[in-house]
Amino acid sequence: MASGQQWVLVEMVQAFYEAPAYHLILEGILILWIIRLLFSKTYKLQDSSDLTEKEIEEIIEEWQPEPLVPRMSKEKPAPSYNIVSGPPCHKITVNGKQCINFASFNFLGLLDNDRVKNQALQSLRKYGVGTCGPRGFYGTFDVHLELEDRLAKFMRTEESIIYSYGFATIASAIPAYSKRGDIVFVDEAACFSIQKGLQASRSHIKYFKHNDMEDLERILKQQELEDQKNPRKARVTRRFIVVEGLYMNTGAICPLPELVKLKYKYKVRIFLEESLSFGVLGQHGRGVTEHFGVNIDDIDLISANMENSLASVGGFCCGRSFVIDHQRLSGQGYCFSASLPPMLASAAIEALNIMEEDQDIFRLLRDKCKHIHKELQGILGLKVVGESISPAFHLQLEQSSGSRESDVRILNRIVEYCMDRKIALTQAHYLEKEEKFLPPPSIRVVVTVEQTEEELEMAANLIKEAAQNILQ
Amino acid sequence: NSSHICHNGGIYKRPFKESFEETPMLVAVLTYMGYGILTLFGYLRDFLREWKIEKCHNATEREEQKDFVPLYQDFENFYTRNLYMRIRDSWNRPICSVPGAKFDILERVSYDYNWTFKYTGRIVNDVINMGSYNYLGFAENSGVCADAAAEMTLKYGVGVCSTRREIGNLDKHEELEKLVAKFLGVEASMAFGMGFATNSMNIPALVGKGCLILSDELNHASLVLGARLSGATIRVFKHNNMQSLEKLLKDAIVHGQPRTHRPWKKILILVEGIYSMEGSIVHLPDIIALKKKYKAYLYLDEAHSIGALGPTGRGVVEYFGLDPRDVDIMMGTFTKSFGAAGGYIGGTKELVDYLRTHSHSAVYATSMSPPVVEQIITSMKCIMGEDGTTLGQERVQQLAENTRYFRRKLQEMGFIIYGNDDSPVVPMMLYMPAKIGAFGREMLKRNIGVVVVGFPATPIIESRARFCVSAAHTKEMLDTALNVINEVGDLLQLKYSRHRLVPLLDRPFDETTYEENED
Repeated sequence: MASGQQWVLVEMVQAFYEAPAYHLILEGILILWIIRLLFSKTYKLQDSSDLTEKEIEEIIEEWQPEPLVPRMSKEKPAPSYNIVSGPPCHKITVNGKQCINFASFNFLGLLDNDRVKNQALQSLRKYGVGTCGPRGFYGTFDVHLELEDRLAKFMRTEESIIYSYGFATIASAIPAYSKRGDIVFVDEAACFSIQKGLQASRSHIKYFKHNDMEDLERILKQQELEDQKNPRKARVTRRFIVVEGLYMNTGAICPLPELVKLKYKYKVRIFLEESLSFGVLGQHGRGVTEHFGVNIDDIDLISANMENSLASVGGFCCGRSFVIDHQRLSGQGYCFSASLPPMLASAAIEALNIMEEDQDIFRLLRDKCKHIHKELQGILGLKVVGESISPAFHLQLEQSSGSRESDVRILNRIVEYCMDRKIALTQAHYLEKEEKFLPPPSIRVVVTVEQTEEELEMAANLIKEAAQNILQ
Repeated sequence: NSSHICHNGGIYKRPFKESFEETPMLVAVLTYMGYGILTLFGYLRDFLREWKIEKCHNATEREEQKDFVPLYQDFENFYTRNLYMRIRDSWNRPICSVPGAKFDILERVSYDYNWTFKYTGRIVNDVINMGSYNYLGFAENSGVCADAAAEMTLKYGVGVCSTRREIGNLDKHEELEKLVAKFLGVEASMAFGMGFATNSMNIPALVGKGCLILSDELNHASLVLGARLSGATIRVFKHNNMQSLEKLLKDAIVHGQPRTHRPWKKILILVEGIYSMEGSIVHLPDIIALKKKYKAYLYLDEAHSIGALGPTGRGVVEYFGLDPRDVDIMMGTFTKSFGAAGGYIGGTKELVDYLRTHSHSAVYATSMSPPVVEQIITSMKCIMGEDGTTLGQERVQQLAENTRYFRRKLQEMGFIIYGNDDSPVVPMMLYMPAKIGAFGREMLKRNIGVVVVGFPATPIIESRARFCVSAAHTKEMLDTALNVINEVGDLLQLKYSRHRLVPLLDRPFDETTYEENED
């Protein structure tokens, strides 16, 4: 039939009369078959099982589930927590022993600061403790808006958004932008909250070796070649690089200028996790972007938690409004969870005030880090892992004793040795079965601005002594 | 009409009355038409914005990054740009006082149809709060709880800066956990810093690949996220529908895992105590009977029901008179009835010991802030009566009375109210998209703060206003609110119900009252 030919009713009726009988009968049967299929009951294949009622009952009787939680064996009882009595600040009482705190991430010493406490108290007297609702339903307080404003101004970005839990910050931010089918390039040493965010996003994850820009470039090139094979798909696939400013697991700093170069070369967006570097690196404490002098607009999203330098609770993301505003409707930890208690937000604002007033603490902190880093070099049996200006670094065994368990036991003995002699340390704990790339066991040493030179010396000497006694 | 009273062979010890009246046909048609018109206008506006006839208020991508793959697809944000923006002022209203029975709202205006807001500087005082989850009225800035929290702020500070596993486990946390276990009637419990994270971090620790999760249709986003992150197979049963659940259980045990037919390792049923969008209470006696028959495990999320149900506020288990040991994992949050923040999980000692080593939160997330812990401890002691007063008990009873009174009055006025008669969450149907915005604004003009919800939190034509009754509301406040709702309901024609209740004469409410429905 020529296209554009129009069926006229008369012609249709004519064709009907002209068709041979068998043709009409066949069509009639087909129509009846279609009607039958439309009205017949649909059934799933499973239902056509030929088990009798009695057999079903028996199967249900016989089935035994696994116990809800696996039985803990008697030889390896669950390790118990350290109990801290009193405030966890510079002088801390752990398990009844008074020690100097080298384990809490209290970098700027703001946990015990009177101004912060008083501000929180004032806020408590005005707002009570809880917010009784998520941000969308009368859970937005003026202190939240003020804190978001202040953080955006401090970091020199357009907008910021607060979360009520540090872990949930990056774990909600990543799935808000990266969906199924998108590609994320992430460092192997990324912390657990990033891994959970990636898992929730259901995107393709490609790991590159820790801090190895050549490896990253290699897989970016690979991806580029694949894109050329399927350009239509490539045009809608979003690409992200997720890195940390200062890595929690290794104490290394990411090479941000090279990353920015790679960003523009291969058209990938950068998400930067600055939990450890916010309030630590940079001349004014603005983090790794200030440390390297990178334009902050080049980073698409900066996420950090307020539980380290700001000594409060919660987290924030900052960046351009174009990027951040999206999380107000699609960040799961923001929309479906109660907002941050106002007293904690006030405490964070006051901590920010202190950070802005006293510009010198950052340099002071870095000097102390360098000092203890130098002191701890050359201990037989232990090696220092981390940058010299990183306030949270690791001490790993130079030679593993064979199994992870025995390594952990040895490090535990060192930790206990130090705890008995007034230095509180801790091992870096991981969920061994859940981590993608399990870091080796280590002791995490944290430097804070409140520690004096004598205390740093004492700690260094004690660790050397412990290593000598236990590892030799 | 699907209103029913459940007795089920006597396992329900008291009448269980819930109703979910069907959408009237005319209203459904008008609602679809409304959305259709809005969608057409949406396309028109998008077209105008594309051709630069209309100014585009959206934030845009940087010049240097214009050739990157777009961060958002246009169609993903269609709803946000064209429907949500029009009534955006109903949400995110900032307040500047305690979220108690009355609060103060910061006034804001928009001169560009809600794209940007400006604060006029004026504060709207003493707005009656029908939106915050303040069931027992513990959101206070003075009184025993606030004093204790203040003391703790000065003594311990506000932050902790470490995880539970390392050096952030304070003696206060241990005290809290023992108290929560005592409150719930379980062996042990564990507390976490965020209710959402309690679900999303602990469900993966309990189930994994090879396990089956049976989750209610209307479960909260945190339960869904936790179930997804665990890697187990998820099957959804119809909301509160025990036949659907039983069928799934039977199929699961008889046929095993798909394709391989190996038996499932564990079956976990995820339900909530009170579903906050429907106001319905879970059919717990039925579920426990099913769970025992099929040997499944039960995870009960009591975010809204802890403190709000039951003669002494112990939650939905006490409401039905059941044994807390029948529920394998009792989870709840401290945000709603205790006026603090955080979540907990209670169960056998084995379960809690396992979670203390294997929960993601214990190893990687900062522990709870000390003043918040103190607020929970004090308010919980108050509810239990351990502080020597009957204040807690009075509040629980006041909440129950307020709930019944409020629901009854709204039903008499002729609104369609969803949910169980005893649930303090009261969803009132609005249906049409224009009424969502109108209701919120009209109520605020008359000094009542309400919460309105639409798509995607609810099905597209079932938008609703959701009231949260609190023990802090006095009868006068409730009467004021009811009068205003009546007025606005007449103004906006919201009285859809076709089952008018005959108003009760001056009889005090008691369990044996039975009402006559006029059809």
